[in-house]
Amino acid sequence: MSDSSKQWIVEAEIMPKTGVNDPQGDAVLSGLKLLGFGEAGRVRVGKLIRVEVEAANEDEARQAGTRMCDQLLANPVIEEYTLNVMPAQEGRG
Amino acid sequence: MQIGVISFPGSNGDHDALANLEADLGVSVRRVDYRETSLAGLDALVLPGGFSYGDALRCGAISRFAPVMGEVQKAAESGMPILGICNGFQVLCESHLLPGALLRNKTLRFHCFRANIRIENASTAWTNALEEGQVLNLPIAHGEGAYYIDTDGLSELESNGQVVARYCEPDGKVSDSANENGSVANIAAVTNRQGNVVGLMPHPERATNDLVGGADGLKLLRSVLSTKGVLA
Repeated sequence: MSDSSKQWIVEAEIMPKTGVNDPQGDAVLSGLKLLGFGEAGRVRVGKLIRVEVEAANEDEARQAGTRMCDQLLANPVIEEYTLNVMPAQEGRG
Repeated sequence: MQIGVISFPGSNGDHDALANLEADLGVSVRRVDYRETSLAGLDALVLPGGFSYGDALRCGAISRFAPVMGEVQKAAESGMPILGICNGFQVLCESHLLPGALLRNKTLRFHCFRANIRIENASTAWTNALEEGQVLNLPIAHGEGAYYIDTDGLSELESNGQVVARYCEPDGKVSDSANENGSVANIAAVTNRQGNVVGLMPHPERATNDLVGGADGLKLLRSVLSTKGVLA
């Protein structure tokens, strides 16, 4: 790591797009209902990908995360994503 | 004529394809390792079924980076007939060589039975020996076979004739009950604009001989023999 760069954690939260069927979410909802969670409504199952990124600042880390999602982590045909960027902390991960 | 079959780590339909293309279609075949970077001498290409790279991230997402895929891209652009079967279909979608994506079956179950498909476009490199409206009975074996494309993408596919086959009843009727995996518009197979790249979820390479319960797959595969005017 160069002196000017820092470690960041970039979290990509990837969800099925609106309109894309999510039978897994439907199955989870039936499970919740069977457990008595009558208050549970629609369930969507996505995934969270955490990438350690070396970048000069938060903005650069976010831009790197965006490129990673556009090119590999998410499939824009069926998924949409949001990014969370935070400084990496000692001992975490 | 020589057909190449790509073996990715985790492919499991490659041996069926190699054996049956050779024995029943009567062509010369070559196993193409995913690390190869030349497709010289091949007239057509099959991307087989299986679970390449363990379906990591999404089915087909990692295979896109296999060294051979650069050549597959060029071959697709040059008009070589390329057939993606099952996982091979998923790889072609993830590689942007075919439109759309494959999602979990709506039942959340792995489907392993026979399905009927109706041919909608009989002019592609892999369907020109068939007739529009013809029904084929083929084995399927997939957990993630629900074809998805958004509404705009679907109208584009339909108007370009890129829908190659749809799940149907034995008499050819396209119904909800025949669409067991929940594909958009019952779609079982699509092609690119040029008609040389085709992807389908059913397994024609596992239905090339009556000894294995049917030879409808061979009817489809035969198309490639006339595609470039090449006779086996």
